[in-house]
Order: sequence, then C-alpha cells, then structure tokens
Amino acid sequence: MTTEKITIEPVTRIEGHAKVTIHMNEEGNVDHAYFHVNEFRGFEKFCEGRMVFEMPQITPRICGICPVSHHLAAAKAGDIIMGVEPPPTASILRELMHMGQIIQSHGMHFFELAGPDLILGFDADPAIRNVVGLIGANPELTIRAVELRKFGQDIIYQVGGRRIHPNFAVPGGVNQALTTEKRDHILSGIDKAQETTQIGIQLIKDWADANIEDIEKFAVFHTGYFGLVTPENGLELYDGNIRLVDRDGTQLEYFSAQNYLDIIAEHVEDWSYLKFPYYKKMGWPDGVYRVGPLGRLNIADKIDTPLAQEEFEIYHQINDGKPVNHTLYYHYSRLIEVLFAIERVREILDEPDLLGKDILNKKFDFKGEGVGVIEAPRGTLLHHYWAKPNGQLERVNLIVSTGHNNWAMSEAVDSVAKTYVKGPNVQEGMLNRVEAAIRAYDPCLSCSTHAIGQMPIKLDVINAFGQVIQTITRD
Amino acid sequence: MSKPKVASDWLCGCAGCHMSLLDIDERILQLVELVDLRATPITDLKEPDEDGVTVGILEGGINNTANEEVAKRMRERCKILVALGDCAVFGGVPAMRNFFGADASLKRAYIDAESNDNEGKIPSSPELAEMTRVRALQEVVTVDLFIPGCPPDADVIFYALSELAQGRIPDIKDDKLHWH
Repeated sequence: MTTEKITIEPVTRIEGHAKVTIHMNEEGNVDHAYFHVNEFRGFEKFCEGRMVFEMPQITPRICGICPVSHHLAAAKAGDIIMGVEPPPTASILRELMHMGQIIQSHGMHFFELAGPDLILGFDADPAIRNVVGLIGANPELTIRAVELRKFGQDIIYQVGGRRIHPNFAVPGGVNQALTTEKRDHILSGIDKAQETTQIGIQLIKDWADANIEDIEKFAVFHTGYFGLVTPENGLELYDGNIRLVDRDGTQLEYFSAQNYLDIIAEHVEDWSYLKFPYYKKMGWPDGVYRVGPLGRLNIADKIDTPLAQEEFEIYHQINDGKPVNHTLYYHYSRLIEVLFAIERVREILDEPDLLGKDILNKKFDFKGEGVGVIEAPRGTLLHHYWAKPNGQLERVNLIVSTGHNNWAMSEAVDSVAKTYVKGPNVQEGMLNRVEAAIRAYDPCLSCSTHAIGQMPIKLDVINAFGQVIQTITRD
Repeated sequence: MSKPKVASDWLCGCAGCHMSLLDIDERILQLVELVDLRATPITDLKEPDEDGVTVGILEGGINNTANEEVAKRMRERCKILVALGDCAVFGGVPAMRNFFGADASLKRAYIDAESNDNEGKIPSSPELAEMTRVRALQEVVTVDLFIPGCPPDADVIFYALSELAQGRIPDIKDDKLHWH
C-alpha cells in the first residue's frame, strides 16, 4: 500500500499561519485532509495580573484585522465586572465604530482576499492571482474596493482616533464624544460605499449563477448555527442574546452570553493549536455549529434595514427557508452584512443622542466577573474575565470567532480535497480550491489561537508509509 | 530596469502592520508601479523567490520554530530586511508571555481553560511548530531597517517602501517615530 502526503504551506490570502496536509491512498485519491493551525501566543495566560481597564488596549493586539471587536468585547466585559451601564451615547458610538470594523473587514475579504479566486478564477496563474492582478483586470472595481475598505477604516478613525488599535472604549463608556464635523465626514462617503457593496452583491450573484454546479458540490454539509440576534430574532452584530439553531433552523438554545459555559465546550485535537467549540448537549462532534456571516443569516428571521432585508429574502430562498449550508455562500452572506452595516451607519448618524456629551458612567458597583460578547466580522467573540476587588485580573478565558468554525473549516478542507484533488498529477488549481474552502470562512488564525498568527500553508502529499512524496509550496 | 522585488510575511504579530500597509489606500496603485510584490500573505506565491528579492519585510517577533525558519529563509533571500512594527522590533505585546513561559501558557489554554472539556491536552503533533521564548527579530537574524509602531502609520510605511524602491535607505526618525 502506498500513500503520499501533499502539504500546502502557507495557506495564503487568509489571516495567520496554517497548513494543510492531504493524505493520499494507493489509488491516488484523497484519504483524509487536515487543516492545521500552527500558532499559539498565550493571551489567556499573560493577561493574568493586568488591570481590567488595560484589556481594551492589550486584547486588540490579538488581531489587527478586527482589533475593534476585541477592543469592544474587552470594554463590555469591563462594564459587567465594574457593574456599570454605559450611557446611550457611548453605546451607539461603540456600535458605530463596530459597523466601521464590519465594513472594512468584510469589504477587504470579499474583494482583496477572496476576490482573486472569484474574479480571476481558481485556476488563474498564482503569480497574478492577487490584488495586483485585480488592479490589472479591473482597475475601476479595485479602486472602489480600496475606497470601501477606507470608508470602514475611516469610521473607526473618526470615532476613535486611530484606524488600527484605537484607544476609545473604557469600562462604563467611551473617552471621546463625536463632533458634527466628523459625523458629516462619515456621511459624505456613505452613498458610494453602498453603491460599491451593491455592485459586489450583483457580482457574487452572477458568479453564483455561473458556478452553481461548483457551489453545490463544494463543501456542503450540515451543522448548527450560532450568533447574536435582536430580541425579535433579527440580524444583530453588536449586542444581544445568543441563538443556536439546528441544521433545519429549529431553535435549540436562546441564552445570555454570561451563561456560555453551560452551553458550549471546547475540544482539543493533537494536530492543531486551534480548539474546537461544540454544543455540550449534543456532545463532540455532533454538536458542531457554524458562525460568521452564513451562521448569522441562518439564525436570523429578518434584517431590520430595508435594502439588506430585500437581499435576505433572496438568500432565505436558496434552501427553501432552511439554513443555507453551502460554504461558498459565505461570500454572498458577507456582502449582505456589509449592506446592513452601511444602512445601520446611516441610522446611527441620525440618532438624536449621537453627538451627546454624556459618554461615561462612573457609578461603579463592582461585580468581579463578566463576559463581554460581540459579533466580530468572523463570528461570536467572547471575553470572560475574573477580577480581584482592586481590578486586577485573576483569570482570562477567550473564545474567538474563528474557533467556532474550526470543525467546519476542517470538514471543508477534507470535503473539497476529496472532491477536487486527484492523483497522481496534482494541479496547483486543485490545491487552490482547498485553500479557497478555508478562505470562504475568512479565518483569522491570530485571533483564534490568541496566539500569534501564523497561517501560511504548505501542502505535503504523504504516502501510505507516511513518507512525504510531494511538497507543494506554489513558488 | 526591472522593478525591485518585495516579499513579506507575518510571524508572531497580529496582521495589524500589514493592515496599516493596506491603509495607504489608493496609493497602492503607485506602490505596484514602483515594486514587484512577490510572496506576501495577500498574494499566492508561497515563499520568497529562490534567486532573491530586494526587500524582505517581516511583521511580528519570533515565538516558535516555524517563525525561526521563515525569518532565516527571508534573511537568506533578501538584500534588505525590514523589521516592521513593535513586535518585530522589540517583541511587542506577545513578549509578555516570557513572564510566564510557553509551557504555563499552553497549559492554561489547552488544559485548564474553563471552557475546555475533560479531554484537554497540549497539541504536540509533528505537523506543528514548537513554542519558544518570544524574541525580537534582531535576536534571530540581522535586521537592516527598523520601523517601530503598533502599528506604524501608513504614511511611514509608504514613505519607507517608496525610498527602498528607489534604492535609498529611508531615514526613520522624528515624526516618523511618532505613531498615532
């Protein structure tokens, strides 16, 4: 019996360090493919002893792509530990900043990271299958994409003073009010951002029509779905209770993030530094679920802004009202969320409290323990801290968005490898599809291992004797 | 004359320095006129050209054996090595792990964390890198240019790359050290 191992390392156009190993059997077919996350930093340990108010500054360094999500989750955990409710103005400013985060992260992913596969093709020359290739192929669209990301980053800058790693939210509120000039500045870019998003939505719908056969065989599988919802089960990205539904969309749980330890647990596999969360009642691995844009649209009954709701109705029909379980529809759901976030920015900019000066509540009632939750671009983010009465942290537990999707990404890698990778002459385009399965989830591996992000990929083909017969590094 | 080749990678960092590079916004059009972007986390070439690149940029410090390999390979294959951001220059926030050590940190995450089930274990497959002390880049390889900041400003990154592309070593001082 011969077997071979193909290694893809690093996986590119994702955040962080990963590699894929594809184990081939003697017929030249895929036996099993693994998704290895190869990094660990240890924030949960080295934040022990830090002060609760430092966490909104330390934890954004988990991830430079979604620093605002960590910044706000840390501040929200701080609110609960200190027993203090932020004033309404502070809450809407935090949400506004977070919408900027969603727009920049999702916008960048769709156009600049996933876009080369969708616009140039999975089999395009790897030397140009990137954002520079997009500039050559469609400069007008690429400039629009750059401007969309800039619009999102600029919201973060206007609200919090820095585009990356802002210093803004604190337990009890925020440290800076918004001025009329800044509000008007944000408003001046919103029409074009919305237009670009609508162009993107049309692009992905046309792509889906043309590639429906691929979509239907590309990592389609059942899981549960998990994320925040509004009190009426609408799409929610900033605050709320968590809803968990099964593969058919039936609600299994509806709970406060403060109780997450009763509902989910994390499993460890020897071959990855990324843990695998699952629903405790169903156990490992039956209780796996997905998060992020696809997960959130699958748990929502509606979207509370008109243009995004129109798209949601189309999305909802893909699987006749049941959850959409196709990995490649992550791209569509991601853009629907951008549309929602832009509409939400417009609503927030009209809020009467927006420019208020009451931004910090100092009436503390120390509780000592708290869970901060937010829907980061990639899914539900949980920061759980335990503090001593002087505010110094004793313990820290983090469950980060990409982690919830770990089982799904592993399954997607295995499934796509089995569908598309055929020996003995393995083509680069086959392997790029395996990477595209990971890319669809837009993983952030730095985040998810709260480790330092190492997510490049190398592909080893291993034979039945465990010998590496081919290593593909796409160079 | 052909454009100078630039490769980059991220090690023990957060990707924020690469995001700050993207924050040059529309100036990316000027940048791709000036340089040939080779292997980077946002392109699909997997490693720097074997026959070398002009500029190699590394974000993040070194916290495991895989980081070491990537840093050494980049050093071998580039003429000018740039340490981009506080983690590469100093070790940064992740170097806080050195106060506890890698072993205690791994135990906390994979065995003791409140959310772990009772089958926790520290991942140790040979496919994975081994954790080490967190070090600044200069402790492992020789660095030619340091650009501190968490992250460095997009304007500073654009200035540095433009200078390097035109064969000059940028002078990172005064307001260019004052990141916002």
